[in-house]
Amino acid sequence: MFFDTPLLSLVIWLPILGGIAVLLNGDNGFTRPLSLIVSVVTLFLSAGLYTGFDMTTHDMQFVEHIPWIATFGIHYSLGIDGFSMPLIILTAFSTVIVVVAGWEVIQDRASQYMAAFLIMSGLMTAVFAALDAILFYVFFEAMLIPLFLVIGIWGGQNRVYATIKFFLYTFFGSVFLLIALLYLRHVSGSFAILDFHAVALTLTEQTWLFFAFLIAFAVKVPMWPVHTWLPDAHVEAPTGGSVILAAITLKIGGYGLLRFALPITPDAAMTFDWFVIALSLTAIVYIGFVALVQSDLKKLIAYSSIAHMGFVTLGLFVIFGIFANSATGSGAVLAVEGAMVQMVSHGFIAAAMFLCVGVLYDRMHTREISAYGGVINTMPVFAGFSVFFAMANAGLPGTSGFVGEFMVILAAFQANFWYAFLAATTLILGAAYSLWMVKRVIFGEVSNDNVAELQDVNRREFWMLAVLAIIVLAIGLWPAPLIDVMHASVEHLLTQVLQSKL
Amino acid sequence: MMFEVVNMSFALPEMFLLGMACTILLVVAFFKKTGASLAYGLSQITMVASVVLVYRDMGGLEGLAFSDTYIRDALSNVLKIAIFLINIAVLMYSTSYLKARELFKGEYYVLAVFATLGMSVMVSAHHFLTLYLGLELMSLCLYAMVAMHRDSKVATEAAMKYFILGALASGMLLYGMSIIYGITGSLSISAVAAAIQTGSLDNTVLSFGLVFLVIGVGFKLGAVPFHMWLPDVYQGAPTAMTLFIATTPKLAAFAMMIRLLVEGLGDVQQYWQDMLIMLSVLSVILGNVVAIAQTNMKRMLAYSTISHVGFILLGIISGTEAGYAGSLFYALTYAVMTLAAFGMIILMSRRGFEAEEISDYKGLSQHHPWFALMMLIVMFSMAGIPPLVGFYAKLAVIKSIVDIELISVAILVVVMSVIGAFYYLRVIKVMYFDQADDAYEIDAPTDMRIMVSANAVAILGLGIFPGTLMALCASVFS
Repeated sequence: MFFDTPLLSLVIWLPILGGIAVLLNGDNGFTRPLSLIVSVVTLFLSAGLYTGFDMTTHDMQFVEHIPWIATFGIHYSLGIDGFSMPLIILTAFSTVIVVVAGWEVIQDRASQYMAAFLIMSGLMTAVFAALDAILFYVFFEAMLIPLFLVIGIWGGQNRVYATIKFFLYTFFGSVFLLIALLYLRHVSGSFAILDFHAVALTLTEQTWLFFAFLIAFAVKVPMWPVHTWLPDAHVEAPTGGSVILAAITLKIGGYGLLRFALPITPDAAMTFDWFVIALSLTAIVYIGFVALVQSDLKKLIAYSSIAHMGFVTLGLFVIFGIFANSATGSGAVLAVEGAMVQMVSHGFIAAAMFLCVGVLYDRMHTREISAYGGVINTMPVFAGFSVFFAMANAGLPGTSGFVGEFMVILAAFQANFWYAFLAATTLILGAAYSLWMVKRVIFGEVSNDNVAELQDVNRREFWMLAVLAIIVLAIGLWPAPLIDVMHASVEHLLTQVLQSKL
Repeated sequence: MMFEVVNMSFALPEMFLLGMACTILLVVAFFKKTGASLAYGLSQITMVASVVLVYRDMGGLEGLAFSDTYIRDALSNVLKIAIFLINIAVLMYSTSYLKARELFKGEYYVLAVFATLGMSVMVSAHHFLTLYLGLELMSLCLYAMVAMHRDSKVATEAAMKYFILGALASGMLLYGMSIIYGITGSLSISAVAAAIQTGSLDNTVLSFGLVFLVIGVGFKLGAVPFHMWLPDVYQGAPTAMTLFIATTPKLAAFAMMIRLLVEGLGDVQQYWQDMLIMLSVLSVILGNVVAIAQTNMKRMLAYSTISHVGFILLGIISGTEAGYAGSLFYALTYAVMTLAAFGMIILMSRRGFEAEEISDYKGLSQHHPWFALMMLIVMFSMAGIPPLVGFYAKLAVIKSIVDIELISVAILVVVMSVIGAFYYLRVIKVMYFDQADDAYEIDAPTDMRIMVSANAVAILGLGIFPGTLMALCASVFS
């Protein structure tokens, strides 16, 4: 009986229904506990996806398949593999963190705030779990609605501009995805994503489809030069919004490339891999420099996110070069796994960084770096966490930030020395902008009266940051459990990618 | 010569509507004081009973009647039921509006029921004359309706515009019909189709007639470049009348398009396909781009209607059964969404205050979070964001043109829908992100509140479970 439980559906619909319940309950004493219970139960349920996961196969697991719109052959079709499972757990975890982070901070329309994040959690999980193209698209788009409202209602000064820009940018990207999916249905006669993987396409078709996927997902990742919505959205979003944006929504871009662009259009991906690699390296190097000169804390982290996501796209597309140089392909496995680890690790580190900024912002109501200085004198515990996360952001060995970047750089060497060389500059740039920020904000003499009156983190904030620190350290020291679950899926992806569809 | 006993039950709903319309007219004439309330009650009963009458014989009683001038088929049944059901909500919304403005008169209901009769006849027409008869019956009622608010200058202006351009469109349509009659020798739609199928007709004359038919249909639907009347009429007419014009007559016009182009001239599809592509693409572009510049809600919705019409045409362009079904689905969802949007405007309006400007919705979510949520659903649905029903409508029609490999048109319309998303988002921005100036009250009656909520929730519900309606639409054309 237990094995028949539709666990994936539960992980998707529990937070959505819980969110609606929170919304209907309105603002009262139950709002926050109820949200917390829903998010924690969801996290526990999603842990069941890990414990029940079969690491030896690349096949979809926890499959659910029910007809939904029979006229078009659209199914409510769910299933996960080694790529989606870690991201689903990351989603459930981030939602708990967001609920905790907003506990005291959000006073205005708290029930709507919590409901938006719970509903978004379900929608994002569904994006990762969907095996039907239209189901994927529905959740992919639906996710924009709560995030649009979160940034617009609880955001900063310039929130309206930021949120409309965010919405239109991502909507613009995704309409091409819709056309691509409809075209694939036209060719394959099915909306199942796995059927798309098998369909034969000419290079011209693949090229069009590939660029449609690239526009849709590059905006989400975001890749240079379509990244400009992210700094605006991050700066204006409330802390919870920034955490979810950085931890999950950006990952949907990387996941989309893995699930759609690479297996469906492998030949076009091979033809244009130089293009994606060039954009990725630009993100890593150029955006690294841009991050260096930011005077706004959130903007700095936003730009550093773009640079870190550059590793994800680099890792995914460097595989063609590796295969060209060596027949074994062990380097390619390293590259894709590195990209995946980087996604998960960035989810934790960026979330932690935004939470740290949130802690400061709640006390001082400014994000300007120049307004701070000498925070360590008044907030020693907080300073400890901040320095740790900044180090992780810079890719310090022993933290999760190091693992993904190191794997990708190592793999990139097998493709082209210069790819690896340029990617490795992040070790300098990342350290430069992270540590320079720490120096200006945390260290030094107490710069002004406001800083002198700061209170250190309370118990809620302490545990929130402590849990994240433990995870970042754990993945950094022993990433094997994370890599093992995705290994079979990565190998399968590489066989798909190598098989020409022409 | 054989005489056939005419099976009157084919047209039972129409006869019932006619009888009730005359009854209501008499009631209004004789009961001076309570006439309006009685008329309202009677017209609601009429709508409900008509639904029952159509539903009763659904599936069983199908085919041609009255010397092949009249058809009862799945399309007519579905559209009639939709028209009657939507009119129930329309009458409820408009009553609330009219009561608050001393426009609550029995004549409105007489006109509404006669207009419904006209639509019903149009939907079931299998003959050019039947079609024209229904169209004119409907249009004349609508002209009078817009002009009912005598003292309002804008309403009179709107009525004049509507009348003159409408008459012009009818003239075009008639001219087209007469040319088609001239070369096919018949006014019956199936006879016209059969004559065209022989392939012995002069194509130049045929396409000449066809152009006028397309112009006529384009006028009635409000497709660019025949859209000029639409924004002015939508804005100028009292909201209750705009609501009426914007919803069910579009369904009737959709039926007219199917009867004329698909059933009558389906064999010369390659001729009208190119014309419709132009109309459709221009409508989607102009509708979405110009809507951005609007500050008046009704005018914005008018331009949004123009772009929706462009999308409805897409499915027809595909020339496939799936495409027609997609267009039907779009037309039905369009009517439901428009109903909800104008319903919200009426809900927000009160005596002496028309919630017509977009800025009137400032901070709605702070005072009336429930209705702000309802409006949010309507706006996102119109923008085509899943999981709301507007998305599936766009999906259905875009899928049909991708299937005939008109990819460039598909790309163009989706990019335009991104532009379109902006002005829907602006309404949401005003409701959710702006601070309210002062707390305003909503004094709409309870039935109105419930109906608007049900209307918006239906948009969400149909979005989560679109399968049934989609299957119904598909069954009409298969």
